[in-house]
Amino acid sequence: MEQLSGGEALIRALHDEGVDIIFGYPGGAVLHIYDAIFHQDKVEHILVRHEQAATHAADGYARSTGKAGVVLVTSGPGATNALTGIATAYMDSIPMVVISGQVESRLIGSDGFQETDMVGVSRPIVKHSFMVQRAADIPLIVKKAFHIATTGRPGPVVIDVPKDITDPKIKFPYEYPAEIKLRSYAVPGKGHSGQIKKAVDALLSAKRPMIYAGGGVIQGNAAEILTRLTRKLGFPITNTLMGLGAYPASDQQFLGMLGMHGTYEANMAMHYCDVLLGIGVRFDDRVTNSDISKFCPDATILHVDIDPASISKTVAADVPIVGDVVPVLEEMLDQVSKSRSKVDKESLEVWWKQIAQWREKDSLAVTPSEDGTIKPQQVVQAVFEITKGDAFVSSDVGQHQMFAAQYYGFDKPRRWLNSGGLGTMGFGFPAAMGAQFAHPDAVCVCITGEGSIQMNQQELATCMQYQLPIKIVCLNNQALGMVKQWQDMQYGGRHSHSTYAESLPDFTKLVEAYGHVGFKIEKFADLHDKLEQAFALKDKLVFVDVMVDPDEHVYPMAIKGGAMKDMVLSKSERT
Amino acid sequence: MRHIISVLMENEPGALSRVVGLFSQRNYNIDSLTVAPTEDHSLSRLTLTTSGDDARIEQITKHLNKIVDVVKLVDLTEGAHIERELMLIKVKAIGAQRAEVKRTADIFRGQIVDLTSNVFTIQLTGTGDKLDAFITALGDNVVLEVARTGVSGISRGEKVLAL
Repeated sequence: MEQLSGGEALIRALHDEGVDIIFGYPGGAVLHIYDAIFHQDKVEHILVRHEQAATHAADGYARSTGKAGVVLVTSGPGATNALTGIATAYMDSIPMVVISGQVESRLIGSDGFQETDMVGVSRPIVKHSFMVQRAADIPLIVKKAFHIATTGRPGPVVIDVPKDITDPKIKFPYEYPAEIKLRSYAVPGKGHSGQIKKAVDALLSAKRPMIYAGGGVIQGNAAEILTRLTRKLGFPITNTLMGLGAYPASDQQFLGMLGMHGTYEANMAMHYCDVLLGIGVRFDDRVTNSDISKFCPDATILHVDIDPASISKTVAADVPIVGDVVPVLEEMLDQVSKSRSKVDKESLEVWWKQIAQWREKDSLAVTPSEDGTIKPQQVVQAVFEITKGDAFVSSDVGQHQMFAAQYYGFDKPRRWLNSGGLGTMGFGFPAAMGAQFAHPDAVCVCITGEGSIQMNQQELATCMQYQLPIKIVCLNNQALGMVKQWQDMQYGGRHSHSTYAESLPDFTKLVEAYGHVGFKIEKFADLHDKLEQAFALKDKLVFVDVMVDPDEHVYPMAIKGGAMKDMVLSKSERT
Repeated sequence: MRHIISVLMENEPGALSRVVGLFSQRNYNIDSLTVAPTEDHSLSRLTLTTSGDDARIEQITKHLNKIVDVVKLVDLTEGAHIERELMLIKVKAIGAQRAEVKRTADIFRGQIVDLTSNVFTIQLTGTGDKLDAFITALGDNVVLEVARTGVSGISRGEKVLAL
């Protein structure tokens, strides 16, 4: 058997696990591991400029491929810098393995240089974590980590590795386990047939049915079977922010995104439905609004999820189904096809007529400005047209994120990369890097704001080093737009620390300093042409700084404490 | 309602902190906690008491089950069960008090396990309620120190919590 050191074993185990790329940043505690990386060419290491960006890049890689993203950071500040990205992945159930260096075993607990209790500080934001005690345990721990990170409800797993464990002088016989069985960890498989039958019965007797599909459909690779089931039933469907792309946005049955900034028709259909089929969703407060008692008052709730703890956590499910989403939906489709009872077509027709009326409201209509000021929504519409709706689109957090979600119609899963759960500003740019590494020939766009981009703009250097042709489209409203919107709506327009127009950098010069190309667009008349020019520079990173209407708000917007039907539709209209 | 939940978990470093962390992270309360290895040294048994309505207890057991180190668990209060807690209590015992404290301990089937001319140390086993009642019976001005183990429990009959 081959003799390897702990550091060599770690990298070899990653390769044996099928990992070809990792994102990281070196430091004292991981130098043995970095030396092992130097001596091989199977696992490519990407040097980022901040550990937070390493985790977001791995996250973007994971979201866009379905494979686990892998991160390598040093102890202490390296590890703590990674925490935001780990929490981001945890909230959105993204498979990720984070290897953090640790001080030597003999120094643990002594407040050694660059020591942090990584297993301790990451505990509430990981699916599981390991502290390696013996080098010989490395192959098994790596195998376990990937198994746990990628199966069931996915999530981040931390492997904390004391420096002495990776000592190149201490070798052990290396063998990567072919299989792993954990007595304390079971992955739900197919759903309970009796429960599925109950759900099918409810669906087939529904008069006003609604399908509410979320990130679990994307993580579970179930977009195709969801589409088949939805078309077979002929029911209206909405996607959550995390679920965009789970059902084709261009399809007639799609009512748009729901929730706090969802479409009028999606939120109205949710409120008035009589049977709600939730799939891979968690009834998040950005969907249900703050008062749960007002949520879908007439609906029988069917809830499919792989995580039993997600079911009846906030909204009690009438028919809970725990299982892997693909076999559950397959069995559902099969039972629907074989059932003697059929969809109530007459009632469904009435329901669709009602929905058509709601659609007439055209809640996402954009009124062009008279003076040529660019509306942020118009920018997303233009990006959609130019990329033919087929790009990988990441976003940061705030108004631009909602505009991207509302106006970029995703027809495919894994194209929309955003921090839905944690809401992490600074996520978008490194996430786009991860997607671009995974899909070198695809168009990767980061729709961001001038606030968010400054939270990880150091990655402009990484993009130069690896020649990543990302297109950054910055909706520059010279303010923390979503904060400002809330201050407009709830704090009498007092813009406490949400504006900084006088101190914004010249982004075109900034990116030029890094060797990239910068465009600035100020008038609507130039928007389309200049964006096209930017996207035509296929081999370059282009930063497009688009000056947009600083007073624009995101609508519709849920009214706090109300039901889903209660929305602000514009600066002058409420439901 | 009060629940006694027994958890079999991997006897690994960090396992206990994951369980305890879950409770603080999700704002669940722990009234008592006891943990020790079982006859199978790869497993620890942790027993905790908590309270909440059915929905809350359901969430607690689901989240406990999600912890990778947790192998199996049971809510003992769902069925017939035996619960015990051990208390070591140091009480003042001077002059006439000595006979009185001894009588009270006998009534509660406590044992005096250590004594000095001024102090008795009494060992008492039973349900939490019984231990509370003993402390009340002794009276506040007698009690010097209390060490309680927290509740441990096991199902009645043939039902077992094992692999």
